[in-house]
Amino acid sequence: MDVLTTAIVEAVRNQEQPTKTVLSSLLAIQDAMGYIPKQSMEVVASEVPNTTVNDVWAVASFYPNFKFEPRSQCTVEICWGPTCHIAGAMEIFGEALNVLELETEGKTSDGSVELDFNTCLGACAQAPVISVNHHLIGRVTKNTLKDIIEKSK
Amino acid sequence: MDLVTEINMFESIASAASERWNDLNSGSKPWIRIGTALCGEAAGSKNLLPKIRSILDDLKIDANVSEVGCLGLCFAEPLMDIQLPGENRVFYRNVSENDLEQILTSHIKDSKVNSDLAFLYSGDEDIEDVPRLESHPMKAKEQRISLRNAGDIDPYDIDQYIANGGYHALNKALFEMDSEAVLNEVKDSGLRGRGGAAFSTGIKWSFLASNNAPDKYILCNCEEGDPGAFNDKGILESDPHTVVEGVILAGYATNANYGYIFIRHGHDGPIERTKNAIKQAYEKGLLGDNILGSDFSFDMEVALTGDSYVAGEETALMEAIEGKRSMPRYRPPFPAQVGVFGKPTNINNVKSLSYVPEIIRNGGQWFSEIGYEQSKGTAILCLSGALQFTGMIEVPMGLNLKDILYEVAGGVSGDRNLKLVQTGGPLGGVLNADNIDLVLDYETFRNAGAILGSGGIIAADDRTCIVDLTRSLIAFCQYESCGKCFPCRMGMSHLLEVIERICDLEGTDEDLDLMRNIGENMQAGSLCGHGQLGFNPVASAIKYFPEEFNQHIIGHTCLTKVCNNQRFSPTRTRR
Repeated sequence: MDVLTTAIVEAVRNQEQPTKTVLSSLLAIQDAMGYIPKQSMEVVASEVPNTTVNDVWAVASFYPNFKFEPRSQCTVEICWGPTCHIAGAMEIFGEALNVLELETEGKTSDGSVELDFNTCLGACAQAPVISVNHHLIGRVTKNTLKDIIEKSK
Repeated sequence: MDLVTEINMFESIASAASERWNDLNSGSKPWIRIGTALCGEAAGSKNLLPKIRSILDDLKIDANVSEVGCLGLCFAEPLMDIQLPGENRVFYRNVSENDLEQILTSHIKDSKVNSDLAFLYSGDEDIEDVPRLESHPMKAKEQRISLRNAGDIDPYDIDQYIANGGYHALNKALFEMDSEAVLNEVKDSGLRGRGGAAFSTGIKWSFLASNNAPDKYILCNCEEGDPGAFNDKGILESDPHTVVEGVILAGYATNANYGYIFIRHGHDGPIERTKNAIKQAYEKGLLGDNILGSDFSFDMEVALTGDSYVAGEETALMEAIEGKRSMPRYRPPFPAQVGVFGKPTNINNVKSLSYVPEIIRNGGQWFSEIGYEQSKGTAILCLSGALQFTGMIEVPMGLNLKDILYEVAGGVSGDRNLKLVQTGGPLGGVLNADNIDLVLDYETFRNAGAILGSGGIIAADDRTCIVDLTRSLIAFCQYESCGKCFPCRMGMSHLLEVIERICDLEGTDEDLDLMRNIGENMQAGSLCGHGQLGFNPVASAIKYFPEEFNQHIIGHTCLTKVCNNQRFSPTRTRR
């Protein structure tokens, strides 16, 4: 078994909770590796009883938080929930595209930063909210965004 | 087993916990608490923690530093408070790294409360020029049941929960009440589900209780995908044990033996705190075999889902726990007959279960005396948007929405006017500023075309374009449609197409009728609320803001000019 596959198997087997399913295994892999390598499908299918590779793909392709390529060093998520929308999320997103020289969601040309929408980051009282490398930052403005991204790169 | 010695077993746990609590409050060390729930984190409170510790080291102060949950005053985050042994708690608002040294030096080193820095206080002694916590508009009308410990106790410390009355209800239920008595208290309380559907919790439990199958499940739903609502996550982050105890009590009342607390992956605060709470409950013998020496056994774990709004629907949630795509099932059979893993199951929202310990401690009658007509107890509301004070409050049902917006939340921030209020999540509805004279009551809200739902209340001022906001809500609904029922899957996409056309000021005279037609089909042909209620945002927007739609469609103008701006939507959808 190659190193990557071994790591995937470990992630699946090391789940601490008693109920282990296709979904929980995929989440565990994503937590451990940052993304779902293609080999995961076969690993999960063989580790979870009565499961085919098709079953695993069905689940993996359903939840948009699953990523199938290694993540960038820096991940930026911008909340587009209604509170953040009212507070200017579109302007923030537009500025993020500007700063990162992107057309839409995705990775920058050098691969260093990855930009995503998030349906709600859960800190609505601090809108507009973004998340950088999994840390929430509230009351973001067009002017502070560039600094935040530059510092996190 | 000898019953009397086992009751003493909890008593010894409780007295040890009280001792620790007293020591924290009036021992020898100052106690510093800082809110690190999602709202605190977003305001930067987690970055302050290492700074606080290093300043304390420099000043050679030995203090207890605790992360706590959400006190509710999210607008004031990072919110830190200091309590010198046996003295008042003094709160400091919007604390920045630069303020820390001054606050800690003056308060702890010099034992002086600087009224220029302090925000509020609570405790017995009056402090000149600093208002009391209870006098703040956001606090004045509160009655905290579910949130009784939020912001006060360390959610990682089970002793602090027990010292404040926690697990006393479980002890009482196990040794003084049979399961039917617990069920009856919840029925008598009049508690209705806080997830949105507002069905009687007691009656729901009785469906499961009357099923004699050997394996039965209790599911606690903290999927909470509603943008604008953060109270479920807030409760789990602030006081996870009240939910854990509520789930165990639900299990006892219905003779179930396994519980899942279901949380969306990615929200680390609620997940870590809940996992820790379950672990601690096992360590104290409050979960597992023969709880506190009784003959009742119950196990519990946290189950996670991927990003999926529909996973909050009860049958879709069961699919996700089984590890599948979270798509709703056909009903019947209902969950109380065939639920998760094919076993009888009961599902409640976090908020509903969080009330249960206090209902059992104080009796159903006590709870039923709080609230309004058929809506008993309190409402846990998330106030966000263009308001002076944003945050999470718990107020008795029956309060007026207008008073909540203008008094509790201090009205619209800046010199703007309130334009609209969006309630109950994206499938709820909008109300215009002339129609907010509503009491907090499920029926009153429904009759007004809105939903009290999960308690999210988003206010917008006159800079917001209703058509653009509706487009954003429909874009969310389209993105989140699971795709199982085609009227919802295609209807949402079609609705989004039409409303985007209106935003582009290229709408036609037939567009409103076209949207109504799509909405009717979605309602008739969808399995779950996502499709059935998916037209609500459009219907209520057209009802309360007909002129603004006409300006866009007939006049080809957007007076707020919002529709002239560039807009963006996610590229990844389930289409």
